[in-house]
Amino acid sequence: MTRRVAVTGVGIVAPGGVGAPAFWDLLSSGRTATRGITLFDPTGFRSRIAAEVDFDPAAHGLGAADAQRADRYVQFALVAAREAMADAGLDAATLDPWRTAVSMGTAVGGTTRLERDYVKVSSTGRRWDVDHSEAAPHLHRAFSPSTLASEVAEQNGVQGPVQTVSTGCTSGLDAIGYAFHAIEEGRADICVAGASDSPISPITVACFDAIKATSPNNDDPAHASRPFDANRDGFVMGEGGAVLILEELEHARARGARVYCEIGGYATFGNAHHMTGLTREGLEMARAIDDAMNHARLDRTDIDYVNAHGSGTQQNDRHETAAVKRSLGDHAYKVPMSSIKSMVGHSLGAIGAIELVACVLALAHQVVPPTANYETPDPECDLDYVPRTARPLKLRSVLSVGSGFGGFQSAVVLTRPGGSA
Amino acid sequence: MMSPGNRHTRSAVVTGIGVVAPNGVGAETFWKSTVEGISALDGVSREGCEHLPLRVAGEVRGFEAESMVEQRFLVQTDRFSHFAMAAADLALADAGIGEGALGGTPYSVGVVTAAGSGGGEFGQRELQRLWGQGPTYVGPYQSIAWFYAASTGQISIRGGFKGPCGVVASDEAGGLDAIAHAAGAVRRGTDTIIVGAAEAPLAPYSIVCQLGYRELSTCEDPDRAYRPFTPQACGFVPGEGGAMLVVEDAETARRRGTAIRATVAGHAATFTGASRWEQSREGLARAIGGALEAAGCSPEEIDVVFADALGLPEADRAEALAITDALGAHGSRVPVTAPKTGTGRAYCGAPLLDTAAAVLALEHGLVPPTPHVQDVCHDLALVTGTARPAELRTALVLSRGLMGSNSALVLRRGADPS
Repeated sequence: MTRRVAVTGVGIVAPGGVGAPAFWDLLSSGRTATRGITLFDPTGFRSRIAAEVDFDPAAHGLGAADAQRADRYVQFALVAAREAMADAGLDAATLDPWRTAVSMGTAVGGTTRLERDYVKVSSTGRRWDVDHSEAAPHLHRAFSPSTLASEVAEQNGVQGPVQTVSTGCTSGLDAIGYAFHAIEEGRADICVAGASDSPISPITVACFDAIKATSPNNDDPAHASRPFDANRDGFVMGEGGAVLILEELEHARARGARVYCEIGGYATFGNAHHMTGLTREGLEMARAIDDAMNHARLDRTDIDYVNAHGSGTQQNDRHETAAVKRSLGDHAYKVPMSSIKSMVGHSLGAIGAIELVACVLALAHQVVPPTANYETPDPECDLDYVPRTARPLKLRSVLSVGSGFGGFQSAVVLTRPGGSA
Repeated sequence: MMSPGNRHTRSAVVTGIGVVAPNGVGAETFWKSTVEGISALDGVSREGCEHLPLRVAGEVRGFEAESMVEQRFLVQTDRFSHFAMAAADLALADAGIGEGALGGTPYSVGVVTAAGSGGGEFGQRELQRLWGQGPTYVGPYQSIAWFYAASTGQISIRGGFKGPCGVVASDEAGGLDAIAHAAGAVRRGTDTIIVGAAEAPLAPYSIVCQLGYRELSTCEDPDRAYRPFTPQACGFVPGEGGAMLVVEDAETARRRGTAIRATVAGHAATFTGASRWEQSREGLARAIGGALEAAGCSPEEIDVVFADALGLPEADRAEALAITDALGAHGSRVPVTAPKTGTGRAYCGAPLLDTAAAVLALEHGLVPPTPHVQDVCHDLALVTGTARPAELRTALVLSRGLMGSNSALVLRRGADPS
């Protein structure tokens, strides 16, 4: 018998607010959390804007030792995981540790701390033969990307399979997809799944400057992230972390847990085209959407909302519009499709998980979040992008898609209880 | 593609092995050195590392990236991806998959890698440009060379592989998890996955980052630096390189008429906390138990164990006990080996080299020895000195990571009849 996978808890640390209520308030109001970079002095950089999290580790229950040991992106994950566990009515004491898993995504992991310490040991970039005596004692934890999943596992007493997933900007969707497989195929009954990134540091800003992927609209940060708009000029970097509690459906029912929705299907393909470039046709993303829908036993017309990758680069939004049209056919013109990156920016590996939390909340509230800043239609992006204002709508099944450097194209389908799954 | 009815009948098999290791490039050279117990541990010679307290490592020397990978791919990638791309080519050739020789569509072939250290040398160079010269000096490839997904992406692009692509960015045990991930994709319907890991963690700043691991050996003598299971154990020696494998659906392999080298029969993973080596005893024993169960394999069927062999007394003790906890009395009789004492631990690449060695051991009926190790102080039948001939049908590969993961993989020789 097929094991079904439920979502029973969510937790989030995102620009504009920490916790699901603040996050949903931002999305449903259509406000944007993009601003001038404050985490470092961005003078001399092409793009000097970002969606930053106002984050005080102590205010969110992290002790001094946690704050000192754990990188910012790990701290986001710990706070989000704690919220998600509480939301699911779970705690470490009642979990079966060996039947619980962790699957966490990150694109750039500990680079922010790696860079900070690099500056010290290299005498500000003057020497290749770096001086180890200047290095911090916890530096190896920034070096190893598995620190992310390891910290979340230790926090919750998890002893089942624990993995960190790093597929660039689809890391969040893929980490949750891997968790979905782990539960469906019986390797775990519960999985703490999500993603986190805190990439707003000079090296990461500079590397996107170098390929002009980020928006140079420094004079108007609040309106800089403009997915699907004809005048879009790149993505605005963000940061954050999100965690979903995935649980085998019967396990959730047996303990009387609230079921937000089910993961109906997940698929990922490579475009084998270019590390950063996307095709005009979107064949591979379309195939991921088709496979995810097939797995969920849904028809294209069952999809009530498409949560877009919608990064706001010229090529991405064109590619994605083509892919959705290819998969959903005429229905693509009837289904609303929005990008929350217009409000919370693009937090690289974290964003897929943040967007899935947005989808869970959209299903719970029966409201589609808008695409902020959408003003001018682009002839090549001619779908209903839910401009500026959230829209109440009957939602049963929603689709979230993502594209990542490296050619990754992923899709996840969520369905409501009592829906057609 | 996703036909649930097939799910339990599809079997994932290994048909190709590509190795880039400190003791040899190519499966044949690697196996020869491994069987002969030749150690490649030596002083650290990478530029800018001379003054660092890490004195011994397993470097990949004599690897000519230019002769194996096109220039346009080399310039946009780090050394770790050079290794991975070269190893992928070797694995594909070993599996008899030349250009265009795969059946099916591009979507029937995917790529999965594990990565624990990323493109450190490339990243350090670009950090130096940024901080030494300014933001506009950072090159266009930094965004695609440093991150953990670089090798999967480049192998997919280079070969035109559009199937499920993934990256497990984990500690050492992630190498085995990646193989399990590939086998899962095959069982779910993908014909072929090119899977593996290769690492290049010996750039100066990468080494500085590793100095915080209390398990790292800073011994200056290559003969004494990495001696797990002995009273003189003083930590592990890091290494470079790794292996890529071609893992296919057994039917696909038969249709192609290629030899089935081994079957990925079972895998399980657990977590017992970073550097909590005593607790890893239960975690590893449970992982072994889970892998045996998944493989439908009794403890007595295990003919050889490739140990994790961390090289710290409490970790070695925990592993030795885990093996007997999981395999019973058979655990102290079955030959155990740790050829990685001759190559160093290349993080996620290390269990891939062990898996490659395990497949070759099954084929050759030879258990390779554990270089540098003589007086074993645990209740284990560790193979030292020279290789031991044995009838080998089933191998168990173990890996533990510095961040707390324990993983076990069961391999059967040839096609699994079950």
